[in-house]
Amino acid sequence: MSALATPGAAELGLEAPTATALADLLLAMADDEFVLGFWDSEWTGIAPVLEEDVAFSSLAQDEIGHAQALYELLAQLTGTSADELAFGRQADEYRHANLLDHARGDWAFSVARRFLYDTADTVRLTALTGSSFTPLAGLADKMRREETYHLAHMHTWMHRLARPAGADEPRGRLLAACERLWPDAVTVFTRPAGEEHLVAAGILGESLDACRQRWLSGLAPLFGELELPFPFRRAGRRLEPTFAEPSDGRRRRGDDFRWLWGEFTSVYRSEPGATW
Amino acid sequence: MATTTTTGPGRSALERRVWEALGEVPDPEIPVVSVIELGIIRSVEATPERIRVEMLPTFVGCPALEMIRQSIGERLAGMAEAVEVEATFAEPWTSDRITPQGRRKLRESGFAPPAPGAAEAEQPLFPTITVRPVARCPFCGSRDTLLENPFGPTRCRAIHWCNHCRQPFEQFKTI
Repeated sequence: MSALATPGAAELGLEAPTATALADLLLAMADDEFVLGFWDSEWTGIAPVLEEDVAFSSLAQDEIGHAQALYELLAQLTGTSADELAFGRQADEYRHANLLDHARGDWAFSVARRFLYDTADTVRLTALTGSSFTPLAGLADKMRREETYHLAHMHTWMHRLARPAGADEPRGRLLAACERLWPDAVTVFTRPAGEEHLVAAGILGESLDACRQRWLSGLAPLFGELELPFPFRRAGRRLEPTFAEPSDGRRRRGDDFRWLWGEFTSVYRSEPGATW
Repeated sequence: MATTTTTGPGRSALERRVWEALGEVPDPEIPVVSVIELGIIRSVEATPERIRVEMLPTFVGCPALEMIRQSIGERLAGMAEAVEVEATFAEPWTSDRITPQGRRKLRESGFAPPAPGAAEAEQPLFPTITVRPVARCPFCGSRDTLLENPFGPTRCRAIHWCNHCRQPFEQFKTI
């Protein structure tokens, strides 16, 4: 999919290149939340303990609610509707980070992914709470407050799996999940096309590259405390990965996601444009 | 009549009547408190032609939002020619917006009210398990309680356990 058309730009007081870049950023954020929400909802009924059935159902509801608000904002720019954006695209047109392209996996995999995503999302949101695009600033502030609960909960689970008393299996599974997820975790900070326009207009408080460095600096002590590998090395003031970074940050759409897409669009595709 | 935006009890007789009417609209998930006690009404503009109510969602993905919007619309129907109810994130709803009366009603119906001061509280970049919300048991008043699950039956409720009277209870989340 090429860049989204933004006929609503003038009404929102945005220059064309800024509007195009903003659409790219909003689409990435909305797709992240939307897709993760659907993966989370898969734990409803089958989580390891009842409390986690409740928790993951709640998390799913939060993320899909965030996605809806972001799609609605984006729809004002594109002149379409939130439903069309959420359900009316082909699988290849989704722009979630590769981190969110994997199936839910086992419990440790879901926990590790959520922890990596929630921390990354929090940093991204803090770069938007002072946004000059006020509808986004208000929404980001509200979302960040909700993330507090997600983060504390996921950190509890990271702790529980990383430091089990008398059992090796949870830690082993968590190590395997982290090893597999790290290269894709950094894809959350894939630079939006035309990012310089967003920073210049004060819509994005700092570049996503700067966000990424802030995220890594915050995570390093937490991974140290959990005695989990942290695959980055210092290069001057930056933390650089010791792994090869994927070049298709938000574009690798694998079979896991294609299956999920088939599920979550099935009702919409059965009668496109129907009203409920 | 000039249109006025108010966040208080209303400047005209009509606005005062609108605020009174809103005081009778219950929150669908915790019906002991009204939408005013919950602090989700941001502003009211009222003329005989048009009433416009702005509300602040407690959670972005709150599934009760549409129900609340409808109940408000139904309660205000007939008070002006047109009634508009709009949700906005222009400022965040925080649990500090719950009125003292709302907090008392929550406690009386078995909910621990949220901890005060949420809006100003400085959070670390990544809140971790060391940041534990504390709640006072609504049944026995003890502070010897434990957060069991930050996620409860609705978006805005967390589940706690009281070590003193050995009962589970819910807290309206501090957010």
